[in-house]
Formats: sequence, C-alpha cells, structure tokens
Amino acid sequence: MAQDSGTRTLISPAQLRRGRGRVVYWTLLTVVVLVFTLAFLGPLYWMVTGALKSGQEIAQTPPTLFPNDPQPQNYVDAWNNLDLAKLLFNTFYYAAGALLFQLVLDTAAAYSLSKLRPIFGNAILGLMLATLMIPAMVLIVPQYVTVIDLPILHINLLDSPFAIWLPLVANAFNIFLLKRFFDSIPEDLMAAAVMDGATPLRTLWSIILPMSRPILGVVSIFAVTAVWKDFLWPKLVMPSPETRTVSVGIYAFSAGTPMNIVVAASVIAAIPTVVIFLIFQRNIMSGLTTGSIKG
Amino acid sequence: MAITTAPGTTRPGRPARPYAERPRRATGLGRKVRDNLTGHAFLIGAVLCFVVFSWYPMIRGIVMSFQRTRRGETTWVGWDNYLRILDDPSFWPAWKNTLYFTVLALVLGYAVPFFVAILLNEFRHAKGYLRILVYLPVMLPPASALFLFKYYAYDPSEAGLFNAILKALHLPTSEWMQSPEMTMPAMVIASTWMNMGSAVLIYLAALQNIPGELYEAAELDGAGIWRRIVNVTIPQTRLILLLLAMLQIVATMQLFIEPLILANGAGAEDSATSVAYLIYQHGFFQNDLNGAAALGVIMLVVLAGFSAVYARLTSKQD
Repeated sequence: MAQDSGTRTLISPAQLRRGRGRVVYWTLLTVVVLVFTLAFLGPLYWMVTGALKSGQEIAQTPPTLFPNDPQPQNYVDAWNNLDLAKLLFNTFYYAAGALLFQLVLDTAAAYSLSKLRPIFGNAILGLMLATLMIPAMVLIVPQYVTVIDLPILHINLLDSPFAIWLPLVANAFNIFLLKRFFDSIPEDLMAAAVMDGATPLRTLWSIILPMSRPILGVVSIFAVTAVWKDFLWPKLVMPSPETRTVSVGIYAFSAGTPMNIVVAASVIAAIPTVVIFLIFQRNIMSGLTTGSIKG
Repeated sequence: MAITTAPGTTRPGRPARPYAERPRRATGLGRKVRDNLTGHAFLIGAVLCFVVFSWYPMIRGIVMSFQRTRRGETTWVGWDNYLRILDDPSFWPAWKNTLYFTVLALVLGYAVPFFVAILLNEFRHAKGYLRILVYLPVMLPPASALFLFKYYAYDPSEAGLFNAILKALHLPTSEWMQSPEMTMPAMVIASTWMNMGSAVLIYLAALQNIPGELYEAAELDGAGIWRRIVNVTIPQTRLILLLLAMLQIVATMQLFIEPLILANGAGAEDSATSVAYLIYQHGFFQNDLNGAAALGVIMLVVLAGFSAVYARLTSKQD
C-alpha cells in the first residue's frame, strides 16, 4: 500500500513544490474543490432549500438561491400526508432483518467454505459466484413468480418481510468478501482451538468473528444501504400501502402530490443513508478499496 | 487485488496445516461423514436461499419463456413468446435506447471517473473531503435523487436549475426530459452523478498501487504528463479498467429507475423506454409474465455475447 506522503505519482512531488508547479497545483486544487462542492453538494443544497420554497417561488424565473419565505410546513406536510413515519419504520425493519439474516447465514456459509471445506464446497462456491454474472433484471420475473408461490411449500410471500430478507441472503459478493477475509486468518489459530477441543461453532464464535470485525462492519453497512436504496423488488413484493418502503411510498404518492412535498419527502428519505455514510465513511471507503482495513 | 485481509496474514514460517485437515482423535469413515455434515450444516441456510431465489428462478425463467399461462393453465407454446415480444412496437426502440444509454454512459460514466481519480490522486490536500463529496450521491436512495433531478434540475422552463445555469452562461436552454433528443443524455447525467463515486474510489485504489519508479523512468525518458498517462497509468490499471467496463455494461443494460421516474416510463415518443422497463411493462402491466421472461432471456443472451467478446479481447492482449 502506498503511503500518502512522499510517494511518487504521475507528477513528481518536487515539481509540485517549486515555482510554477506550485502555482498550478494550488490553482487546480482550489478549482477542483470549488467545482466538486458545487457539483456534489450543490444539488443537495438545492433539494433541501427548494423543498422549503412555496409553489409560486419554485416556478419563478430565475430561480432564487435562498428561499424568500421558507415554508417548513412543506416538510411537515410531507411527513403527515405520506405517513413517512410508517414508511421509514418499514424500511428500517426490512433493513434490520436483512442485516441479521445476511450476517448469520452468509457468515456461516463463508466460514464453512473457508475453513470446514466440506465435500462439494468448491462447486457450491462456483455456482454462487456464477450468479454475479446474471443481471438482476433477467431474474426479476421468475423470482417474482417463485415468491408468490414458493416451490413445495406453496406459500405466498407477498407483503411478507421474508420476501425481502431471504433473497438478499443469496448474495455471492458478501460470501466472497467474507470468505476472502476468513481465508487470510492464520490456520495456526484454528489448530490451537481444535487442540483445546473447541467445536466448529465455538471456533467461529470465539476466534473468527472477533478477528473479523472490519469485514463484518463492511458487510453490515452494505446490507443496510442496499435495502434502503432498492426500488423495483420492494415495489413488486410489497404491494400494500401498509408494507411499502420509503422510496416506493414516495413514488406511489408522487403522481398526485405537489412537487415540493415530494422533494421534501425525498430529503427525509435520504437522511438515514447520508447519516450512516458520514458516521461510517472510513469503513465504507476502505471496504470498497484495498487491504487498508487492518486492526 | 486484495480486497481485505486479516491481521497477521503474511506470517513467515512453516506452512500452516489447513483447518479442514486438523488432527483428529478418531479416524475413519464415520468421522469423515460427520465432519462433512457439520460443514454442510453451516452452509445450508445460504445454499437454500440460493436454490430458491437464484438458481431455480434462473432455470424457471428459461422454462417460462417457452410456456404460456392463461387462467391457471400452463401450456408449451414454443417460440410464441419470443415472436410476440419481437412484434412489440417498443422492442427495437427499447434496444436502441438501452444501447445508446450504454454507449453514452461509457463515454461519460467511464472516462470521467478515471480522470477524476487521476486528478484526485495527485492532490496532497483535501483528499478526504473530495472523496466524501464524490461518494455522497452513491449513498442517496436513487428515487430521492431522481425526484430532485426531475422536479428541480430538469424543469423545462427557465425556473429549472440547469436551464438557469445555461441561461446565466448565455447558452441555449433545453427542454430536457420533454425533448426526445435530450432524454437519454439527461438520464446519463443523472445516472453518472449518482453512481460515479464507487468507480472513482476503485480507480483511486488501483492508482495507489502503481510503483512510483515507473513514472520516474518515463519522466527521465522525456515523457510528458499525457504520455505518462497513456504509457504508465493506463497499462498499469488495465485489469481494473477492463473489469469495470464489463460491470458497467451489465449495470447500464439494466437501466430502469431513471426512465421510470424521470420520464414516467416511456418518455416523449418512446425516447426513454429501456429493455428493463419493457420487461416490467410486459410482466406487471400487460399480464404477460411469459413474454417478460422471454425478453429476460434475450437480455441474458445479449450480455453473454458481450462477455464472450470481452473474454476474447482480454485474452488476446495477454
């Protein structure tokens, strides 16, 4: 892993520190910081303040930078008219369940594939990884048909949270990430546990899991945000107004609701993921990139 | 590229014995069977989920595409579903739009993050801040972000954010989603804004693994910045570039929520209909799950074709 300071990149550090290079560097940095702030925070600012404007003000030309007469009532209306408390609770409930199911079942599977290595384990892993090549849209119809009439059991899972929780367990990427991490845990540690007569479950619980906190954190964050961001699948399997997720609920209301209220609701719906991101941004960044998760 | 590793991975010394071959007090067939059963007991939950929600639907989708279910009765109909889908007047526009989106997204959503990553990698200040900014939109629920674009940015009058900016710069304004020509570029802009963060971070990680000596050597040979990018940066990150290109093609072929929210589905003159939206239309509005399954299989075949070309291209260069 390259360190941030003193590593040679495209342009030599010496060139950046001297004369003209220095001027160019600082100009470019300032420009980029400004442009990025405008491009990525700007729309969010526009969203939060735009939802505070009145209907007339939003249609005004040119648009105003600050709301002339802020209407916090828009947010209150969004909260009440769309029953956001219920929608947010639903989404939270689905996210929490998805997290629990994925942590338990995917961790157990990855542990088995990495350390217990039962017969046909590699074939199973291969079949799991093969699903990464299949686009979700191709499976959406047969998955839907399966969920409304589960094979053998003949249960209809529509409007049941299991319709969101169980398909998410079939996440080859999670199992792959976890297995990679478990593979890198030294075998000596496991051998010592076996000497002490620990069962496989005990080894997983007392040795593997405590060492795997970073990767479990990454998988957890991805599990929660995936549910929060998902749209089509919850729209299909949670058709009743009482069971909708927040994104689907806002979409369902968008046709007959003033646009300021829709955007106000969108802002509220985005707050949880943004807060999760700001709290865990370090874990998320390192989970996405390289082996910088250590200790 | 290692994604994550546990502490103390690279400990030298004797090679550790795999845990699966741990010493056992009792040997023999019974013990072996029991160990395998334990292993599978840990696997069973996840495997069942894969069977029911992934492997079985894959096969079922193909089977369904040759069947027709009417009033609870399922019959084999050969290629009928495929012919009906091909006859849909939106079939070719949907493919044209989807491929157009894929190409535009490759130009914008693929090249831009790479150059952004190269730029960010040169900075020694404000790195954390810039990274957070780029990744922030990825965390927004897509529906939320798209309503922002739909109502505030792509407003066809001059009250919209983009038109106000264009007007201030004395550039011609646009009707955005109401003009068939701008529909796709507008969707690509929104989609790139929402998704480029993850690509930037992955490229950044790859850039940090390029040995600095390569740049030094190139500079000694008199290579300018552009030549260094072409001759060092791109070859050194080739695998990641190719991998992300493939992933992006797969992702953009599934274009769905952008047309649904920004263009209310089809858009002006079918300019927004995507293949994924057509699957949704057939499956859940026209009561034609079998036709939707057939279109899904067509999509799978097209993507498999892309993958084959991709595999051919990547293996030839080695």
